[in-house]
Amino acid sequence: MGRMRRGCVPGAGRGRAVLLAAAALAALAGAGRAQPRAAVPPALLAPPPAPASGLIGDDVSNDAGRALTLSWKLSPDDSVGLHRVRGYAIERAPDPSGPWQLVDSVAARTARFVDQSVRRNTDYFYRVTTLGPGGITPARSVTGPLRATSSWFNDRRYSVLVATILFFGFVLYFMASAQSGKKPFVRRIPGINAIEEAIGRATEMGRSVLFLPGILDIDEIQTVAGLVILENVAKLTAKYETPITVPVSYPIPFTIAEEMVRAAYLNSARPELYDPTSVRFISPEQFAYVAAVTGIMLRDRPAAHIFMGAFFAESLLLAETGFSTGAIQVAGTANVHQLPFFVVACDYTLIGEELYAASAYLSGDPKLVGSLKGADLLKILIIASIIIGCVLETLRIHGFTHWMQTQ
Amino acid sequence: MKRELPLLTTALIGLFMILSFFVPHEWVSVPADFLQATAIILVAFGYVLGGANVLRVNLDAVSKRAPGWPYKVLLVVALLVTVIIGVLDGIPREGGFLNAGTRSKWIYDQVYSPMAATLFALLAFFIASAAFRAFRIRTAEAAFLAIAALIVMLGRVPIGDRMTAWLPHAFQLGTMQQWIMDFPQNAAKRAILIGAALGVMATGLRVILGVERSYLSGEE
Repeated sequence: MGRMRRGCVPGAGRGRAVLLAAAALAALAGAGRAQPRAAVPPALLAPPPAPASGLIGDDVSNDAGRALTLSWKLSPDDSVGLHRVRGYAIERAPDPSGPWQLVDSVAARTARFVDQSVRRNTDYFYRVTTLGPGGITPARSVTGPLRATSSWFNDRRYSVLVATILFFGFVLYFMASAQSGKKPFVRRIPGINAIEEAIGRATEMGRSVLFLPGILDIDEIQTVAGLVILENVAKLTAKYETPITVPVSYPIPFTIAEEMVRAAYLNSARPELYDPTSVRFISPEQFAYVAAVTGIMLRDRPAAHIFMGAFFAESLLLAETGFSTGAIQVAGTANVHQLPFFVVACDYTLIGEELYAASAYLSGDPKLVGSLKGADLLKILIIASIIIGCVLETLRIHGFTHWMQTQ
Repeated sequence: MKRELPLLTTALIGLFMILSFFVPHEWVSVPADFLQATAIILVAFGYVLGGANVLRVNLDAVSKRAPGWPYKVLLVVALLVTVIIGVLDGIPREGGFLNAGTRSKWIYDQVYSPMAATLFALLAFFIASAAFRAFRIRTAEAAFLAIAALIVMLGRVPIGDRMTAWLPHAFQLGTMQQWIMDFPQNAAKRAILIGAALGVMATGLRVILGVERSYLSGEE
């Protein structure tokens, strides 16, 4: 009893926050157990835990100087079934003499902590206090000074840098090559050819075309790809004098889509056919968007539905509703988990990279087509890397795999 | 100049963001974080344009007495009521309309969420109808797909394991479905993902280099 009090008093004197953390932890731990009111508090029965030791710290590498990592040896009392350690409180101070500030607390059996609340280029001293039902055991030593500094290069990303430089080189080479008159061959993509067929069918039926650029914002590259395809689709609808409806879920893609459709009608010398209500802002809420779009499908009965972009749970709701209206449907997405739904419910589906190739394919611009060849060449290199990696790993040579790991 | 300036801005910011992927130093990471934060402000202004478009499209339909116009009246009223209540909720307290117990939160939790859940629940029926079409065996490939799907579906439920418990371990449905998921399925999925990632890089590079400029719209 006396020993416990002597252990607690210095801790309380140096940091009330630690006591509060200990009290909170003890309360949390005790809450799950039913105890009679008259029972003796466990703190009076159990001795305070032995302290944690061997605290070491280091700057987290490859960051902007915003984190320090700490590790320590667990208290000898911190073993499974002993229940003498509830957790550890991590404190820091600008000087070994204090004032100490509680950073955070971690559960028992945890011997590592990353402090992400540090200021860069500032010295910190750390200590770890052991918390248990029998009391608080202050740290026996202080570790420091530790300083978080910025790194100039993330050395885990050399492989990505090499791949990026190679990719940029390939793309620029093939774009220059295409510009000089050597048009690269691109395989036929039935899904993209079907877009014009679908618009033609809508024209014959005297009905509209519905285009959805996905349900994500402009920071999703699939939305960008979808909008680029929209421009080509809008040019075709302007050419065929067919109405187009474009429901959009986010405001920035909405403004871009509105401008694109307007420009497509203008550039096709059909500005009088442009309907200012053809591009509609709906809602970023997933199922509100679904309700609005399925409503358009069932009320307006467009003859062609074109889904190009990022789709999630709504993919099948939209595609199945569209299927029930008898419209010709063309979809494209890079979301692997939604592809099966589109394959089942749509007439044509652009799979993964075909979505990104669609704008180059549709426009026929040699420079855009050249960029596809660059991507193809890098794909061959990736396949070669996979084979080389498999062979080296089989031979227990791990250097190549480690070089490729980015995390 | 009307097109050159946005193209130059896009190229510079695009290259800077690529640089920030490799250089974590604060001289690069702090401006990069700032650029990403400014996007939130831009989006906030975009909502004003979006709201104006919703009003224009629906009020236009109401004035023309288009089919279903009473629903559009309901939509406009719901929109205005939600916005007004949100603004009123946001004035007096910290945290604004997102606080628990506000009328806005009540509208979201008690009106919107049940409707969204109802729509989501319909997915089960759509999956059933889509699966019925997908598993019609007309070709060898369709037969292959249907058999693989049957193994995976049965192998993932306890009855599948019980049905084949008497077989050697390698031929039990649970083992076979795990093999299908781990190897053929995973290989195909990763191939698509690698292709899509390269497509992302190619599209990004086209935008940064100004080759893909349709997002700027305007007259050609």
